[in-house]
Amino acid sequence: MNASMNYLDGNAAAGELSRIFAADLTSAEGQCANCGVKKPFAEAHLYMQCPGVVARCALCGHVLLRLVNVGERAYLDLRGMAYLCLDTTQ
Amino acid sequence: MEGTAVLGRVTWRTARVVELHDQTASARTLTLAINDWPGHIAGQHVDVRLTAADGYSAVRSYSIASAPRPDGRIELTVERLPNGEVSPYLTQQVTVGDELEVRGPIGRWFVWRPEQEMPIQLVAGGSGIVPLMAMIRSRASTDSTAPFRLLYSVREPEAIFYSDELRVLSSQGDSLVVTYAYTRVTPKDWLRPAGRIDRELIASSMWPSNLRPSTYVCGPTSFVEYAAELLIAAGHDRDRIRTERFGATGERK
Repeated sequence: MNASMNYLDGNAAAGELSRIFAADLTSAEGQCANCGVKKPFAEAHLYMQCPGVVARCALCGHVLLRLVNVGERAYLDLRGMAYLCLDTTQ
Repeated sequence: MEGTAVLGRVTWRTARVVELHDQTASARTLTLAINDWPGHIAGQHVDVRLTAADGYSAVRSYSIASAPRPDGRIELTVERLPNGEVSPYLTQQVTVGDELEVRGPIGRWFVWRPEQEMPIQLVAGGSGIVPLMAMIRSRASTDSTAPFRLLYSVREPEAIFYSDELRVLSSQGDSLVVTYAYTRVTPKDWLRPAGRIDRELIASSMWPSNLRPSTYVCGPTSFVEYAAELLIAAGHDRDRIRTERFGATGERK
């Protein structure tokens, strides 16, 4: 496999994120705070070869989300997204 | 999830292995009975957690292969990865009656619901067939009339998952058309030489882009990127292509 393709996608983070979010994140639309593109979180590129998970914009590569578990606590950094639109009817 | 007391919150549940079935030389299908399973939609996955005696635990995601079933059981098909931490256990050591921890169902993006009536195009790379098989089975078990096509890229004939079932389901009229693309070894007298899917195969086997099919692509990241770009180059609308990438990169604790 190409070394530059060592990512998965937002689907792979959904289980871990379900510990934090009651609504499904894969179908949630997020806007990249850098390039402005709006995409479902499922399409974000996901990097897991690190202490936590890092999701990057599929278009510009900007970091959208970082999630790190330290002991019993989870650190969640969402500043890379201008907004996240979740379906709350689920 | 609908019908559960706690909104959407997904928790670890105990799953009991009730059936094992070798799919290929390196892949095994596990049927699981899960306590209080809330049901799933075709295309969703679960996380499986294994915990060692010393407390070390490993979590991996596996797509559900089965359509929603009345008995609430689910099937996973797991491919054994060289140097894998979880897949060797699930494909070689696990026995009927063993218990696993399962979290799910997960994901509402890469799913097909029986009320989707438009033409469906499925594109599988290797074991990326698993969630797409759940969609095919879901279609077959409901009264859906959505016409399905599957383009299945696979290393060699022996590596095909669900081979007999796909043959049966695709021999019942035009409701499911299956095209195989062999990347290494073809069956004897196969017309197309071994090789990756390409523009010609897409043109001859897939729904044309002007029918605006809903397209689902699943496989290793390199396959998904390659296939999705080919589809877009062939005129398919990027917004109608849903993708799911998997790989052996999930070293999580």
